[in-house]
Amino acid sequence: MAYSEKVIDHYSNPRNVGTLDKSNANVGTGLVGAPECGDVMRLQIQVNPETGVIEDARFKTFGCGSAIASSSLATEWLKGKTVDQALDIDNMDIVEELALPPVKIHCSVLAEDAIHAAINDYRVKQGLAPLEETKKHH
Amino acid sequence: MNLNSMLKLPIYLDNNATTRVDPRVFEAMTPYFLEDFGNAASRNHPFGWKAEEAVDYAREQIAALIGANEKEIIFTSGATESNNLALKGVFEMYAEKGRHFITAVTEHKAILDTCKHLEKQGAEITYLTPGEDGLITVQQVADAIRQDTILVTIMYANNEIGVIQPIREIGALCKSKGVLFHTDATQAVGKIPVDVIADNIDLLSMTAHKMYGPKGIGALYVRRKNPRVKVTAQMDGGGHERGMRSGTLNVPGIVGFGKACELARQEMSTDAARLSKLRDKLENALLQLEESYVNGNRDHRLPHCTNISFKYVEGEGLMMAIKDIAVSSGSACTSASLEPSYVLKSLGLDDELAHSSLRFGLGRFTTEEEIDFTIHCVTDAVNRLRDMSPLWEMHKEGIDLKSIEWQAH
Repeated sequence: MAYSEKVIDHYSNPRNVGTLDKSNANVGTGLVGAPECGDVMRLQIQVNPETGVIEDARFKTFGCGSAIASSSLATEWLKGKTVDQALDIDNMDIVEELALPPVKIHCSVLAEDAIHAAINDYRVKQGLAPLEETKKHH
Repeated sequence: MNLNSMLKLPIYLDNNATTRVDPRVFEAMTPYFLEDFGNAASRNHPFGWKAEEAVDYAREQIAALIGANEKEIIFTSGATESNNLALKGVFEMYAEKGRHFITAVTEHKAILDTCKHLEKQGAEITYLTPGEDGLITVQQVADAIRQDTILVTIMYANNEIGVIQPIREIGALCKSKGVLFHTDATQAVGKIPVDVIADNIDLLSMTAHKMYGPKGIGALYVRRKNPRVKVTAQMDGGGHERGMRSGTLNVPGIVGFGKACELARQEMSTDAARLSKLRDKLENALLQLEESYVNGNRDHRLPHCTNISFKYVEGEGLMMAIKDIAVSSGSACTSASLEPSYVLKSLGLDDELAHSSLRFGLGRFTTEEEIDFTIHCVTDAVNRLRDMSPLWEMHKEGIDLKSIEWQAH
């Protein structure tokens, strides 16, 4: 199975690899997946509490090329969005952008889960209730 | 030093999957496509005679490599067919004596799926689990033998981790118990000495394409004396191969198979000595990386391969990073089933380590430059991916990954 050019680009030049200070109240951390399943994503956002804008996003991923590319793309999309806008990122947008084949759709689902987990972590730190998972994945 | 300038990329290090045909083998085969194209079963004209003569010669070359008599070689399309013929053929032929087989969970799917099929036909199969080093013990086999056991089938060497089973001891045990012994020797024949007499093997599966011969041709060795073994044919037709396998013989393939066996007999020991040195160089260099582990027993194994897990790095991601090197991985992502390697799991490896494994299979055409390049590439890739791995970061922070509640998906 050949990878799409966009997957290869994100895999070879991953954007925003790194770690934010998870003890900072403005940082939300989402850790999803499981080592025994072969992929784990950690996605972090740093939010400006005044504006609700995500000013920085970082990831680290253990997984295949598509998982790394999905998380790299997610961090790119998150930066500059408000937390509310970030919630609208749909896993199928990632599938489309990276031209992921059906067997790799779970990588995009994981990225969407990571975004939601990071936002919830941020909300809890800010004294807000975590969001209920309302929408079903594709 | 610019390694790239000396090398032709990509590099092939997947010789347990298949091997390049040796040019000498290819050369030996060519006349049998164009000039001497006869059917070996045509008894009444020179075209047939030439083909038959070539087949007879190849049979001798093949038999000589495993210490057999040429009449004991039954040609098949490859090791999968040989395994099917051995197991199904023995089950049908000896069903009156019993219905119990013994095998191991680390066998190739051609054995395991055939066993599953036979279970539906009423066979009872005992599946032995190897130790953490991948080895089955003679005692395990002895303990599993019953009154109604008709066959023990244990592979000679494993395709994923290369461990060599105690075949000679298992063979002697089976002989003393009057139980037939089959071995899938696909990975071993042509790489290490195999002797059906000394090893007390009654049936042996082999294939040409793992030993620098062509694909689509293999053989089943079926012992003729002491005891005389018979298998029920699984294909009906013209009664070729002593009635055990009908079908027009693949003459060019057989000629190539014969030549490959002759070359293996002459060059096996020098190949093995050179390749084990290169393998050890590769392995020792990669073990310099923290948290990397060799899978399977390191003393009893094939000279040309190694299987290494690089903890906290996922195998498919790693293969993508070393795209100029052809290897294979136990990672789920590289298989259709999305399950990590059942062989590695049966050694008691965590799924996580199974996901992180690469198999390197060296071969007759592997050069030292290629190994140096591989060491360099894999080391870089593992380091790069670990910098990107949340698991590596947690490991470095001293967090026990087992203490975390992962949400499997």
